[in-house]
Amino acid sequence: MPTTTLAGHTVDVNEEGFLIDPADWSDDLAAVLAAQIGITLDDAHWDVIRFARKDFEATGESPTIRRLSTAGGIPPKRFFELFPQKPAKKLAYVAGLPKPRGCV
Amino acid sequence: MRKLVVLGGGAAGTMVVNRLSRKLPPGEWDITVVDKGADHHYQPGYLFVPFGYYNRHDIVRERRSFLPDSVRLVLAEIDRVDPELKQVLLTDGTELGYDYLVIATGVEPRPDQTPGMLGPEWRKSIFDFYTLEGAEALREALLTFKKGRIVVHVTETPIKCPPAPLEFAFLLDSWLTRRRRRLDTTITFVTPLDGAFTRPIASQRLGQMLKTRGIELETDFVTERIDDEHKSLVSYDEREIPFDLLVTVPVNMGADYLARSGLGDDLNCVRVDPATSLSTAHPEIFALGDTSNIPTSKAGSVAHFSVEVFVHNFLEYIEGRPMTASFDGHANCFVEAGYEKAIVLDFNYATEPLPGKFPIPVLGPLSLLEETRVNHLAKLAFRRLYWSALLRGRPLPITTHMSMAGKHVPTDLAKGA
Repeated sequence: MPTTTLAGHTVDVNEEGFLIDPADWSDDLAAVLAAQIGITLDDAHWDVIRFARKDFEATGESPTIRRLSTAGGIPPKRFFELFPQKPAKKLAYVAGLPKPRGCV
Repeated sequence: MRKLVVLGGGAAGTMVVNRLSRKLPPGEWDITVVDKGADHHYQPGYLFVPFGYYNRHDIVRERRSFLPDSVRLVLAEIDRVDPELKQVLLTDGTELGYDYLVIATGVEPRPDQTPGMLGPEWRKSIFDFYTLEGAEALREALLTFKKGRIVVHVTETPIKCPPAPLEFAFLLDSWLTRRRRRLDTTITFVTPLDGAFTRPIASQRLGQMLKTRGIELETDFVTERIDDEHKSLVSYDEREIPFDLLVTVPVNMGADYLARSGLGDDLNCVRVDPATSLSTAHPEIFALGDTSNIPTSKAGSVAHFSVEVFVHNFLEYIEGRPMTASFDGHANCFVEAGYEKAIVLDFNYATEPLPGKFPIPVLGPLSLLEETRVNHLAKLAFRRLYWSALLRGRPLPITTHMSMAGKHVPTDLAKGA
């Protein structure tokens, strides 16, 4: 299992760089993770990240685009603006949550 | 008398009552199945209808004939479930009390969920093949389609029978080629996933199969709407894909009564423990088949294997003992490749589809992730087994839990595991 040093902390990550343990996550870490994928976090990003963290605690799953929209009140169009191209995957990465499961 | 109510008399519900009615002590249980329709459809057969291989008579049977005589079948619409009162309310006002409830009403395509899908182009240039009516309408459309752009489209995941849209694209390529119309047609496969399929090795293999057939692949396409005036798919990130003929798999959702009952997630599926299929919210409710939210394929094979685990566990559970069997997410899919060949995928929660051999008596071994004629014949033979053995709960020559026998584990994966 690879480890990486981010914001002065050594954390376990998977082969794609997603945190293994969501408990390793912190606000500082989020900013570093976001910078790595070219995103500068503003208040709108933080609202989405906080919803994702809370929802993960409740459901045990990283939120999908649909979940963000129905339970989080964030329209998909807006979500794509904040986290372009692959919003659910990028959000999970920044929020220290598992990669959304590819539903087979 | 203790009461078991099973909502849905499809593959999962039928297997549950056939297996349980033989195991539960006679005279002590009152078993009721509720379904809205009198016909049982062999859903995997829909795929073959647009190409004329199957018709309605091959895939529709009377539901009652697959249920034990001792089981009551109620044909009605479900209004809602009241988990506190342990009651199912039907739209005709009937109340059905239960001690235990099995939810197995599956998922349905919902074209109403995508703006523009059910507009004037529906069943004119926009078709689905996840309903019998849709598959039959698509057959007519394909027969008269001369040339242009055909787009095969997955709106949102998860869907039931996840490889079916790929199989449709492969069969379409082969069907058009044989009719000497392939050169006048482009086929584009559009998916919200980041590749042809979900897990890496199968995604790469199936992606390669699209490529060798000259089928274009458009990934990460999250559909916002269909522009029916210009006949194009529009994504949230403002990509547009024009079509002359759109073959879409609409959003798949569980039944609306689950939402009304507070039992559904965002897609009206029921949250359960993946090992036992027991509801995470209500200790008298299980969900089996496509309507559960377990992280594996929504497929008949999964319904079959998870029902076997459920039956074992249920007999313990009703005695107040702990459930000792655990479902591993085993799925087994035969994927049509066109040209009378197919590949086989075999996987579970933890192990992705791998290449190698799949041991099976008489026909076997079958080749995993490799196109062969024997795999295709096995897929076609399965329809008869479905009616004669699977639904009735008779044994099939496939193990409940996934086996690693014959599978080749790539060295980098073996190291990481």
